[in-house]
Amino acid sequence: MTQTRGVKDFDWAMFAVVLAICSLGVLQIFSATHETAFQGSWWKQTLYVVAGIGLMWAVASIDYHAWMSRAYPLYLVAVILLVVVLLFGRRAFGSTRWIGMPGGLRLQVSEFTKIVIVLFVARYLSDLRNDVLEIRDALKLTGLVAIPMALVAKEPDLGTALTYVPILAGGVLIAGLRWKYWAMLGLICVVVFPVAYATLQPYQKARIVSFLDPGRDPQGTGYQLIQSKIAVGSGGTWGKGVTKGTQTQLRFLPVPHTDFIFSAFAEEHGFVGVMAVLGLYFILLMQVVQNAQTSPDRAGVFICMGVGALVLFHILVNVGMVVGRMPVTGIPLPLMSYGGSSIWSTFLMLGLVNSVRVRRFVN
Amino acid sequence: MTFPPNERKREEPQLDLKPIKLKDNPRFAAAKMAAFQYVTVAIFLFLISGFWELQIKSPEIYNERAEKNRIKAFPIVAPRGKILDRDGRVIVDNHSTWSLILSRENLRDEHLHEIAEGLHLDYDDLLKRVNRFRKRSHYEPIIIKEELTPADLAFVDSHRDPETFPELELIESQRRLYPDNGILAHTIGYTGEISESELDIPEYAKYDQGQIIGKTGIEKQYNDSLMGIDGERQALVDNLGREREVLGIKPAKPGRNLQLTVDLDLQVVAELALEGKRGGVVALDPNTGEVLAMASRPTFDPNKFAVRIKTKDWQEITGDPGNPLLSRPLQAQFAPGSTFKPIMAIAALETGNIDENTTFNCPGGATFFGHFYKCHMTHGPTSLHRGITQSCDTYFYNVGNKMGIDDIAYYAHLTGLGSKTGIDLPNEASGTVPSTEWKLRNYRQKWYAGETISVSIGQGALTVTPLQLARAIGGLAIGGVWHTPRLTRQAKDDPKEWALNQENVRRVVAGMFGVVNEGGTGIRARIPGMDICGKTGSAQTVSNDYAKAHNIKDNAWFVGFAPCYKPEIVVAVLWEEGVHGQFAAPIARDVMKAYFDKKVHPVEQTRLESKDPLPALHP
Repeated sequence: MTQTRGVKDFDWAMFAVVLAICSLGVLQIFSATHETAFQGSWWKQTLYVVAGIGLMWAVASIDYHAWMSRAYPLYLVAVILLVVVLLFGRRAFGSTRWIGMPGGLRLQVSEFTKIVIVLFVARYLSDLRNDVLEIRDALKLTGLVAIPMALVAKEPDLGTALTYVPILAGGVLIAGLRWKYWAMLGLICVVVFPVAYATLQPYQKARIVSFLDPGRDPQGTGYQLIQSKIAVGSGGTWGKGVTKGTQTQLRFLPVPHTDFIFSAFAEEHGFVGVMAVLGLYFILLMQVVQNAQTSPDRAGVFICMGVGALVLFHILVNVGMVVGRMPVTGIPLPLMSYGGSSIWSTFLMLGLVNSVRVRRFVN
Repeated sequence: MTFPPNERKREEPQLDLKPIKLKDNPRFAAAKMAAFQYVTVAIFLFLISGFWELQIKSPEIYNERAEKNRIKAFPIVAPRGKILDRDGRVIVDNHSTWSLILSRENLRDEHLHEIAEGLHLDYDDLLKRVNRFRKRSHYEPIIIKEELTPADLAFVDSHRDPETFPELELIESQRRLYPDNGILAHTIGYTGEISESELDIPEYAKYDQGQIIGKTGIEKQYNDSLMGIDGERQALVDNLGREREVLGIKPAKPGRNLQLTVDLDLQVVAELALEGKRGGVVALDPNTGEVLAMASRPTFDPNKFAVRIKTKDWQEITGDPGNPLLSRPLQAQFAPGSTFKPIMAIAALETGNIDENTTFNCPGGATFFGHFYKCHMTHGPTSLHRGITQSCDTYFYNVGNKMGIDDIAYYAHLTGLGSKTGIDLPNEASGTVPSTEWKLRNYRQKWYAGETISVSIGQGALTVTPLQLARAIGGLAIGGVWHTPRLTRQAKDDPKEWALNQENVRRVVAGMFGVVNEGGTGIRARIPGMDICGKTGSAQTVSNDYAKAHNIKDNAWFVGFAPCYKPEIVVAVLWEEGVHGQFAAPIARDVMKAYFDKKVHPVEQTRLESKDPLPALHP
């Protein structure tokens, strides 16, 4: 049966991988921002990471069931906070995403809502205690997740709103929705897509159009895609070296320390570096899945798989964008992109995974 | 460190009040977790294939594009060669100025309005220009203003930062500086930016968009040697086009200086003599064909054309009824009037139609083919000598009648009339020498013998340019060699010879000496103590009745040379509506006087070496 475990039960392999990814991230932030207005970013990121590790340990030390039991109130708090953001949040870069905190800190509520969604979905699905998910429950859950999604999309921050989808989809997959419903879902998506497209903001439409045909908008997001591909391609096999990437250093690459950090990394470290980092991410994901497999109960499985699906989605969309295979959505690469909110929410989620792990089943 | 014990047991009742009947087996979804792993592998392979495509399969393409991003070439404009007069004095110079270019990588259309305002440019013009460049390569800069004033420079300096107008970029360039009073303007021509239509012409294929080329005159004729080769500066730039580092400089190769045969002293005299008139003056050395002066009035300021002429200036110049762009020595084709008579005389003498003793009676005119042709006065019995000095029309009516049009045309052609002289300038006019064949070809009509009578005194369909006339009379005066007029010594001379009886030449020259020195019509060209020969001409341009009705005066012509024996200079003057040839004579006299004065007082060397050899041209 489940046992209480000590330090040695912490997922040290995952921890090592996470540290490696974060270190490469800090190095890349240093390289991309030195001699610019953001040149202090690398040590700030270091502080975020150190704080994030602390958060991860703290969360791992708390039994995840404590969160499970409070998942519904947490959900309510998150929804209320998102409404607050919409009403009183700070505007930046054309959208309202942040709320000010004492000490000049700005928190992106939508980032932390991810964790709440993970807990909420896990709680909802584990409560069902059935190997098959009924369509009625699936729709109810979808409706409940749609509320915070809609609020975030309203900011407007479609990229982050979309990150709630894989949490839901991963949960529904594990919970065992019948295949015929998946087929129906696919069909509905095909029908709904044109309607959804019509309701998008003009800049969001422009992003999709420029993704499909970057040459049409060489100054806007098409420009970003083109410059990112140039950065990646010119990196070649071995890369140009730290602080030697011309696309990054001469600022042709947009935001090379946040959304396009992997593009900058690919330019300076080449295909070899890319393989190494993708390998680290792969190990991370496999560790998450392994923790799900050894989870003591269904709730733990849903938590781990929700986190796994979310991280996988981030990697797919962000790295896919960097190589020009995904549209520009503005979602960060977990653990590498600069930014406290993103780093902390990722570490909090990994803390949850470890909380599941340390209470795992051992035969 | 230890973690707190599992609290599940304690929490369970709160989560679900029902007793745990249903399994809570975490292995319920093993297959689905495996599916998730496969999806992960698939997604990673999808991403890796993206990197493979970019970094392994075709990194060269992206490398090249990255290089193109960061390395930018800034043009260094080569100065055009200077244009000098025959003594080495500078006529056309360059000065360096700053030009403003818009780099299109950073161009934002919404900035154009403010930029236009700040630089006092017309917004619509600017927009049109930017739009015109849109189709072209992204790396081709758009020059939007030349000759920046200190105020412009201050505006650019304070606004070119990346936050305001990052598209503003300055380049140093060379600009043509012409004499600003229009001296020699027609002959030198002007430069300008190569036009769209010119770029389509094969012979302009060697030039690039935006280059400054010679458009007319010497600037066009000798463009290739004047132009030089532009250099470039390669620099490392960032995404805002700011230079980070200079990588290399290929210096510009300046154009070659061009020395003209024109003598500025004579030129200035000719220009001043023509001031306020419509007309042209050309002075040649008949022995070499070298052009000593070539002036046309009214004139224009070629500086206005130097790069891009303003629409307003262009309309002003082209709308002027005086047609200031017409180079009269080269392009004005008019009936030469009596200045044609020396050519008639030599032709008649050479063909034996007359000799030195032939006389015709002038009762104030003569009747041919039932039509009375007037002379301007009654001369009585007139010899060849008197016929020339007094410009007796009756005498030449008879000569022409005896010769017939085709002989007249043949000899007129021999002296170079009726065809281009081949001077090293573009757009020369060829004039007209009528003949039976000419009339048949152009009008499909028979020649009327009466027309011959008009042509005999330089009227009718006969037209010449001042340049043709100077060359024709000059070649005659030196005994029958017609050199190709030229503005530079390197231009090809293709002399035409006609074995004239030198006695006949002497007779005609004697007549022309009489015109100036023996109380003839050209007495105003006389300079005591100097033997100047010449011939006046007063030519109708329209019929008598029309001229009276519209108050159109005769054109005044004068062609003269000096000295009589072995002449060194021949001058032809056209003064449109100058009434009578005698009024054109002083203009030629002034030019010849300047020529001979200079032989006595050559240009002082000190003046040549001083920095500003021609203060008059740089007020």
